[in-house]
Amino acid sequence: MPVLSLRNLRVYYGTGGAPVRAVDGVDLDIEAGQVVGLVGESGCGKSTLGRGILGLLPEGARADGQVLYGGRNLVELPARELRALRGPELGLIFQEPMTRLNPLLRIEQHFAETLRQHEPKLDERDIRRRSLETLGRMGIPPTRFRQYPHEFSGGMRQRIMIALALVLRPKLLVADEPTTALDVIVEAQILRILADLKENFGTALLLITHNLGIVAESCDRVAVMYAGRIVEEGRARDVFAEPAHPYTRELLRSTISLDTTELHSIPGAPPNLIDPPRGCRFHPRCPDAMRVCAAQQPLQLQPAPDRRVECWLHGPVPEAFEGAREPLARGPIAVAEEA
Amino acid sequence: MTAIRPGATAQAPVPHDDTALVSVRGLQTYYAIRGSFLDRLVGREAGRVKAVDDVSFDLRKGEVLGLVGESGSGKTTLGRTLLGLVPATAGSVRFEGREIVGLPERELRRLRRRMQIVFQDPHASLNPAMTLEQAVGHPLRIHGVATTRAEVRSRVAEALERVGLAPAEQFLDKYPSDLSGGQKQRAVIARAVILGPVLLVADEPVSMLDMSVRAKILELMLALKRDLDLTYLYITHDLATAKFFCDRIAIMYLGRIVEIGPSEAIYDDPKHPYTKALLRAIPEPDPQRSVPRDIPRGEVPDAACPPLGCRFHPRCPQAFELCGWEARDLRDLLERRWAGVSEAEYEAERALVAELGVLDSPALHARLQVRKGARPEELAEALAAIRSSDPDEPFWTGVRSVQPLADGVEMTWHEPLAPRPLEVGRVRVECHLYDQEALRRAGKLRAGERTPSPAS
Repeated sequence: MPVLSLRNLRVYYGTGGAPVRAVDGVDLDIEAGQVVGLVGESGCGKSTLGRGILGLLPEGARADGQVLYGGRNLVELPARELRALRGPELGLIFQEPMTRLNPLLRIEQHFAETLRQHEPKLDERDIRRRSLETLGRMGIPPTRFRQYPHEFSGGMRQRIMIALALVLRPKLLVADEPTTALDVIVEAQILRILADLKENFGTALLLITHNLGIVAESCDRVAVMYAGRIVEEGRARDVFAEPAHPYTRELLRSTISLDTTELHSIPGAPPNLIDPPRGCRFHPRCPDAMRVCAAQQPLQLQPAPDRRVECWLHGPVPEAFEGAREPLARGPIAVAEEA
Repeated sequence: MTAIRPGATAQAPVPHDDTALVSVRGLQTYYAIRGSFLDRLVGREAGRVKAVDDVSFDLRKGEVLGLVGESGSGKTTLGRTLLGLVPATAGSVRFEGREIVGLPERELRRLRRRMQIVFQDPHASLNPAMTLEQAVGHPLRIHGVATTRAEVRSRVAEALERVGLAPAEQFLDKYPSDLSGGQKQRAVIARAVILGPVLLVADEPVSMLDMSVRAKILELMLALKRDLDLTYLYITHDLATAKFFCDRIAIMYLGRIVEIGPSEAIYDDPKHPYTKALLRAIPEPDPQRSVPRDIPRGEVPDAACPPLGCRFHPRCPQAFELCGWEARDLRDLLERRWAGVSEAEYEAERALVAELGVLDSPALHARLQVRKGARPEELAEALAAIRSSDPDEPFWTGVRSVQPLADGVEMTWHEPLAPRPLEVGRVRVECHLYDQEALRRAGKLRAGERTPSPAS
């Protein structure tokens, strides 16, 4: 039984004329206690999806479809009820922790405020105990409970942010690039904490990142997002061992790791989401593109157990389409379109 | 309190290598900390951050040297000091055999035609009000290399084509806001190479870019190096791109180069525990791996007051007697412990100590006073219990004595030894684990400790 299900979720940004279709028909399930990685290049809609789940979209954005949580569709929930869910049920951690902590409040006050607002029955003693216990699990000692945010290092602040989200014991935490601003050793420390959330707090995690290495090491499942859609989803281990979508494969190949012996990159850049390419949105950059790919949106297929992919390579093509599997003829991508 | 001179190294000066393009010896770059208004009024210094503290290396012509470290390691300051963008406090930098430390700005300016820098953030490196023609052509005008509009335009067009912004006509009149992050970084690189430099300092040139774009920029830089005969100092926190890109690697930690050597040696057989930790911490897209558990604790400490002895010792799993254990490490130890115990245990232990502030400055000797109502023996017992709960904690190797006093407990630590550069295999490393003298002295201390056991 998933703790959260997305069904045909769409998020559009109105820009006067045609809307930007940042999230365009996303289905995703997150099971209790699971760590799900959401990866893709910048501009593929990852952050918008994360905010869409929590109803934290900017002015002028519209969402439709379903965000199912606890039997309710959050997309249709009144703002007040949604606000009551944020925190105790659904938590969020951001990339830059300093901007999310109030510089004038002690750490103690941050926790007291959060707990009082959502759990008014707690007394002072309980508030203190709960706060110190959660901070302690994040490695923040009680001696620093009365300090101000500026007295902490970047890694400590991120630990405090995570503790502040976890002190309410949410069922699901959305973490948007939580380690991008941190150094590699501190990043590893924070990832260790996130990977252990399940054992320590029973919290499910949607981890949004552009770093495939992070997903491979800390996630149970991975969803690969391209141009507003999830093009592949499955168990992280399986997807990394045998990517089904050419985009996943190319992303993996272009990741520079200690094993890299040859540089590789994906030609071109993610498309403009006001008017994305017809057919499969990746076809202009896809080394395996066939004629059908430029004409028709691929169906969702199951190339392996517990895996789904949107790619014509893995299923039957329409019979009426003559030469559907022939390689797509096209000119070279102009350098002007290169990233 | 014992007077200590942290980081004092008495090394015989190694002569400059004048066949190298850049030869750096004993370089120090310190920043003054801005103190209070009163401090400034009376001209008193609040302290100094030793951003680069006694660094020596050579950069050979045609080589790519990676300068790798976390934030606060001093790598960016070192890069800027080499170009004279930040004044050196002491030491020497020779560029093509010529001393540049202390050169007047006018002379440095002339030299900068031959040494250029690419910064991390391409969005901040280009003036949003300048077209690419103006921005990339700017150095030509500053240095009076090209003066007519037509000449500048044709030189800029050539530079843009060289960095892959082709056809150049499409880019000359564009503004930075018209470009993607990767394109901006290409333009910044075009501006850096337009004067025909021999040395390029690239400070995190790809870390702000998407993974799929990084490879393109690195490939471009490799092609430019080949075509234009460039030498690179590649500053990065990313050991993965450095492995691919660099001939040699220098690992920096808190102002010092702790390990330097050929890339293969650094990656295949890292010597310094810090280098090992950095390598272990890199997330690898390998589903067989999970996030490592044995990563160093803590973060890079404040460079204004670095740890005694080896600066990495507080985080080092292999640190021993002489690595620099001191009062501040006791505070860290207590706080780490208190983060993990119940509130009641914390309250009980905290109630024994009057003031933790005595553990906030570097010292080999600390008097922990007990709080009113507590007995010194209780505190000594609590410390002994903490020790026995984690006997393998390296901190305890550095403790020389724990003595109950009338009003508290006195703790002393062994006199630290500053690490010295050692040639080990193909690398130069600053770590006591490879220093026979340090190991021998530590061995003696260990043997000495056993003699006054209760049995004898």
